Amino acid sequence: MIEFVNAFFDPDNAFLRIAIYVATLSSISFGIIGTYVVTRRISYLAGAISHCVFGGIGAGLYIQKEVGISWFEPMYGAVISAIMAAIIIGLVSLYARQREDTVIGALWAVGMAAGLIFVDLTPGYFDITSYLFGDILLISMKDLWMVVFLDVLVVAVSIYFYNILLAVCFDQEFAGLRGVYSGAFYILLLCLTSLTIVLLVRVVGIVMVIALLTLPAAVAGQFSRRLWQMMVLAVIFCMIFNWTGLALSYSLNLSSGPTIIIIAGITYIAVISFSRIFHRIKQKSS
Amino acid sequence: MRNNSLLEKMNQHVVVLKDVFFAYNSSTVLENVNLTIKEGEFASIVGPNGGGKSTLLKLLLGLLHPNSGELQVFGKPPEKTRRRIGYMPQHAQFDVQFPVTVMEIVLMGRLGYTLGGRYSKKDRLIAERSLEEVNMAGLAKRSFSDLSGGQRQRVLIARALCCEPDLLLLDEPTANIDPEVEEALFEILKSLNKRMTIMLATHDVGFVSQSVKSVICVNRCVVVHPTSELSGEIIKDIYGGEVCMIRHDHRCSAEGHEND
Repeated sequence: MIEFVNAFFDPDNAFLRIAIYVATLSSISFGIIGTYVVTRRISYLAGAISHCVFGGIGAGLYIQKEVGISWFEPMYGAVISAIMAAIIIGLVSLYARQREDTVIGALWAVGMAAGLIFVDLTPGYFDITSYLFGDILLISMKDLWMVVFLDVLVVAVSIYFYNILLAVCFDQEFAGLRGVYSGAFYILLLCLTSLTIVLLVRVVGIVMVIALLTLPAAVAGQFSRRLWQMMVLAVIFCMIFNWTGLALSYSLNLSSGPTIIIIAGITYIAVISFSRIFHRIKQKSS
Repeated sequence: MRNNSLLEKMNQHVVVLKDVFFAYNSSTVLENVNLTIKEGEFASIVGPNGGGKSTLLKLLLGLLHPNSGELQVFGKPPEKTRRRIGYMPQHAQFDVQFPVTVMEIVLMGRLGYTLGGRYSKKDRLIAERSLEEVNMAGLAKRSFSDLSGGQRQRVLIARALCCEPDLLLLDEPTANIDPEVEEALFEILKSLNKRMTIMLATHDVGFVSQSVKSVICVNRCVVVHPTSELSGEIIKDIYGGEVCMIRHDHRCSAEGHEND
């Protein structure tokens, strides 16, 4: 651990500092959006969005290298595809109830496949594992500013529309009956989810981003009685998972993304087990 | 003059369905439904699961649209009069672990009257009053997950009341709750019925007879009976099989049947 703290202050390790800043600041969006994803039970939709992001990254690479539009970075493709996926998936889940899971499952795989095809079509060699599993070495100052921007957006929306989003997550149909544009708010939530996913793909990668979105919120849910409490706790848990994950991966020379996820997973299982045992004891004694 | 308008109000039709036909894709759920509900009515919608009770309620809310036929609520298409309807959905659909307090849920009934979802002092007063009406005033700060099944039902009724409705639609308000709780619930509904029209869906017919004024039997077709007419023969028709009716005006003792 001391080794990690020393490395953090080492002037040669600018990448590590930026990674820590991004991991810390992104926890704000992740905790808040993760709470919505867990309570609205749309982690499956978020999973589909994250895989569609890979399609966008592939398309971005193709456009940049093959078509020759050099300013078009893969990240722009990722943002566009994420927003498109969020809107399509939102509309599908609102209007095609019976076949919802089939359509979303298809989008999940097709998004991924499109990304791989684009990578094939693009000349040269690209290490796609950094997108799939995350790589903190890739994080730049530009990412940091994007995370700050996203945090401001997510915090502003979730404070301003707190009551409406609470109602939409708890009972969308009822909110709609009361004259709230519940479908629009639902899609807004999915769009914010997709932007959060895009920015966090850098840290943990496409495959594992869902775990970092849902696990801190799921752990927080065990201790919360109000939605905002769950958000605050989820942010804190997400920060702790990111810090310990980065520190451990640095000192043990492991990949950072998987280390973060393993810590989050173990914590979740431990918390669930303890709360079960605690409830048993409480029931027996009462 | 005044009496006249009162009489007019009494006879006002809250709900009118004319030759309504509804199908999910190719399977017919409701056919040829003709129904009128007058103001001040307390109607119970009964029928087997999948018979179309919830569908009928959703048609009245404008959540579903009839394939053919005419449907009016307060003399207008349902989408335009939703604000006058208080709706309690089936409580089985809720996530009991959702981190939300009783007060927050009840306040959702005020959403249509707020700007950007900010509740005023008046909204809070109405929510408190709604909770009092279902005898839940002391539990406003409780978490939804800490409540019993019967308490959750009452919170959802309070949320519907918080809309200040003229028509109350309840979907299976008595599912999975104890008979005593159920009885208390009907006492509450009976007093609410003094100022609003109530329609509730239930899959058991036995107990409703006491406070309910008429029974709407739904199993693809819709037939309306005043409560006194509900006999074994009619129930057999609704359920399509041999069932026994339980008579609640009747007590059994060791010596035999008191009321016979």
